[in-house]
Amino acid sequence: MGVGNLPMNVELKHIHKHFGKVHANNDIVLNVPSGTIQGILGENGAGKSTLMKVLSGFIQADSGEILLDGHPVTIHSPADAIQHGIGMLHQDPLDFPPMRALDNFLLGHSGGLFPDRKAVARDFKRLAAQFDFSLDPDSYVDSLTVGERQQLEILRLLWLGARVLILDEPTTGISAIQKAKLFETLRKLTAQGMTVIFVSHKLEDVEVLCHTVAVLRAGKLVGEVKAPFQTKKLVELMFGKEISLGARQAAGPGRSVLELRGVAIEDIRLRMSDINLSVRGGEVIGLAGMEGSGQGPFIRACAGLMRTVGGRVLVNDRDLTGKSYHAFKRNGVSFLPASRLEEGLVPGLTLTEHFVLSEETKGLFIDREGGRKLAEDRISSFNIRGTPLSTVESLSGGNQQRALLALLQDPLSLILLEHPTRGLDIESTIYIWNKLKERCKQGAAIIFISSDLEEILQYSDRVLVFFSGKVSSPLDASKTTVEQLGNLIGGKGWESLKTEKAHG
Amino acid sequence: MDTQTLITGLAGVLFAAAPIVFAVLGETFSERAGVINLSMNGSILLSAMGGFAVAYSTENIFLGFLAGVLIGAFVALIVAFASITLKQSQVAVGFVLTLVCRDLSYFLGNPFMGLPGPRLPSLPIPLLSKIPVIGPLLFNADLMTYFSYLLIFLAWAWIYRTRPGLMLQGIGERPAAAFVRGANVNLMRYVYTVLGGGFIGLAGATYSLSVKAGWNGTISGLDGIGWIALSITIFGGWNPLRAAFGAYLFALLQWLGLVLQPSLPGIPSQVLQVAPFPLMILTLLFVNIGNAEWVERTLAAMPESTRRVLARLLRALRASPPAALGVPFESE
Ligand SMILES: Nc1ncnc2c1ncn2[C@@H]1O[C@H](COP(=O)(O)OP(=O)(O)O)[C@@H](O)[C@H]1O
Ligand SMILES: [Mg+2]
Repeated sequence: MGVGNLPMNVELKHIHKHFGKVHANNDIVLNVPSGTIQGILGENGAGKSTLMKVLSGFIQADSGEILLDGHPVTIHSPADAIQHGIGMLHQDPLDFPPMRALDNFLLGHSGGLFPDRKAVARDFKRLAAQFDFSLDPDSYVDSLTVGERQQLEILRLLWLGARVLILDEPTTGISAIQKAKLFETLRKLTAQGMTVIFVSHKLEDVEVLCHTVAVLRAGKLVGEVKAPFQTKKLVELMFGKEISLGARQAAGPGRSVLELRGVAIEDIRLRMSDINLSVRGGEVIGLAGMEGSGQGPFIRACAGLMRTVGGRVLVNDRDLTGKSYHAFKRNGVSFLPASRLEEGLVPGLTLTEHFVLSEETKGLFIDREGGRKLAEDRISSFNIRGTPLSTVESLSGGNQQRALLALLQDPLSLILLEHPTRGLDIESTIYIWNKLKERCKQGAAIIFISSDLEEILQYSDRVLVFFSGKVSSPLDASKTTVEQLGNLIGGKGWESLKTEKAHG
Repeated sequence: MDTQTLITGLAGVLFAAAPIVFAVLGETFSERAGVINLSMNGSILLSAMGGFAVAYSTENIFLGFLAGVLIGAFVALIVAFASITLKQSQVAVGFVLTLVCRDLSYFLGNPFMGLPGPRLPSLPIPLLSKIPVIGPLLFNADLMTYFSYLLIFLAWAWIYRTRPGLMLQGIGERPAAAFVRGANVNLMRYVYTVLGGGFIGLAGATYSLSVKAGWNGTISGLDGIGWIALSITIFGGWNPLRAAFGAYLFALLQWLGLVLQPSLPGIPSQVLQVAPFPLMILTLLFVNIGNAEWVERTLAAMPESTRRVLARLLRALRASPPAALGVPFESE
């Protein structure tokens, strides 16, 4: 059981999969030798998850063959796949949040009627120690971070005897430190002869980690490249054309949009106090920190969604301390939450209905005709792939984000964003940031949270770092490196900073 | 009240709670798997009538119990088929069934109204029933009461201690994740819904053959029990031990209503009869208080050590429903 099983070669031959009219996988041929990290790169909707679900038995291909060590196999279900030694970490961790880590680990393991939890806990701890994961088997999964939940799944799959590990977009939503740890683990596993298939739409990730990268575009395998990689080549394969990353431009100082004077914020887990910050129009402030380090409450306090427990909050030089979200909104503050479909958009309503709802209400009845025109306008100017009658949940993540941006009112003085580009492909990311930069030119300031440190350094003028209730003084983004930032969010190197006084 | 009366009274509470325990455990299994069996109220009535009718006609009380179980299981099978296979709304199907079953039981039960029928004999356990206090309290009842004790323990051990029970938790929580771990989600949903329905049927038969022996149509006083059992399932946080506690609490409150009535002449008897219902609601509120935001805020303001203890306590008390309750599963 566990690591140290025989290595295994994986071959996919002429895999086809249709979803209705969509040809999600079109004649995919791929050969992954054991002991390697195979990257699968492609923008959203390219068919990566579909291919991996076929290999892991989650869905069945319409046609095609899977060979393990040269022998053709049929994989009917995920349980079948793990029998063959293939384990998959799904894009959205498929675990049981209200249950304990140990029960999650144990669930699905076959054996006698009464599992020996003590023995299982020993295996758990031994495996965790082997990879240097600090996971408590008794903790509830909903108290773990996404990164820890991944670690738990990896341990579980290894325990069940996985020799091929498939990871679908594993770097989305985890911190830089957890990412480094994950990569280290994957390298360790391949050194022991395991096969790793790493799915991502992030160039940086596949570039540093993978031995070979296969690029998918619109369901087809468009090329395979070996390390060392050239970014330009990969981008060309992914999109079939060249795309340039927007260059950073320094914003000139504008008027003061937001001022925090000695603000204290408190939620159940932590307390931050004495935060001072002055944000000017046109400025972009990035908030860095591991998930749950206080940046969430901070941005909600700036939006008026969370009451501050001390200090003053001024928007456009007007004191809004303790005022409601609506008061903030009236003063030109807008908040775009991370969970687009839970807090930002209303599932079931169409784009037209969203645009109508977001306008100032005039009278009781809805002006359908005007609404449709407005929707058509915004759809074309924001390049949303959808129609006025598309419901928001039928849009892809990138298009939902565009819709949210299109819903922002004019004029705005402060835009607060939580993970504005999480899970989006490069094209959408660049598009979103171009739109945001336009807003900055019109005088709005932006404060955003991201777990992608490169994104923070690339787009911010100044950066605030959060670490368990501590808030750093604003750092100049142009003078900060990814390494420095990585250390700070992990709690290292704070002594050399002048921090806002706070206690956790 | 002297000790003797008290013990007899409490033993009566345990006896009267047995069918509620069956119903609540049955519903707990069904909902743990993700299926709400809302037909419970009608299903209990129909199986009570059917169980009595069969026992009366065959003069065999065990065939009566069997009939009750089969009726409950059959009604649950309809719920399962409509919701799992046809993917219809569980609430709509269950609600219609509960009305149909109730009317059916009154209609079909007419010929058996008020007939003197068989009744489950009491079965004191030798030796054990002679122990002072505990003996008359626990071991001087009938077979179904003993079985209710056993079932509470078995249900708890199944859900929390066995491998299939762990999978059951998973199926109700996140069917896709359970599927990835090898579960045949829809088959298991059928199995647990029908099994749970069997227990609900057993509850009905236990009423008509033991606790409220006989069939008296609309005046049987059974209408409404199913709704109470549904709320106790929630109160029980889908945990057999807590659910059983809820069932006993309800039976105790009902008994207290009866006992206190003579000594509280100022209070109309209706008030005491109805009192258990709002009291159950209050308890429900109290139990789930940990979910409220103001509680979290209050907690945050407390000193660290107190906060930890209280937070743990609230976490243990808090019960959230199986996340996939009522949601059909499709493995793409
Ligand atoms: N279960 C499904 N039903 C219908 N269409 C699907 C389903 N899963 C994926 N698709 C479609 O197949 C295409 C490929 O999707 P996917 O494999 O998830 O892409 P990727 O993982 O590369 O982002 C997309 O157009 C997507 O909309
Ligand atoms: Mg995907």
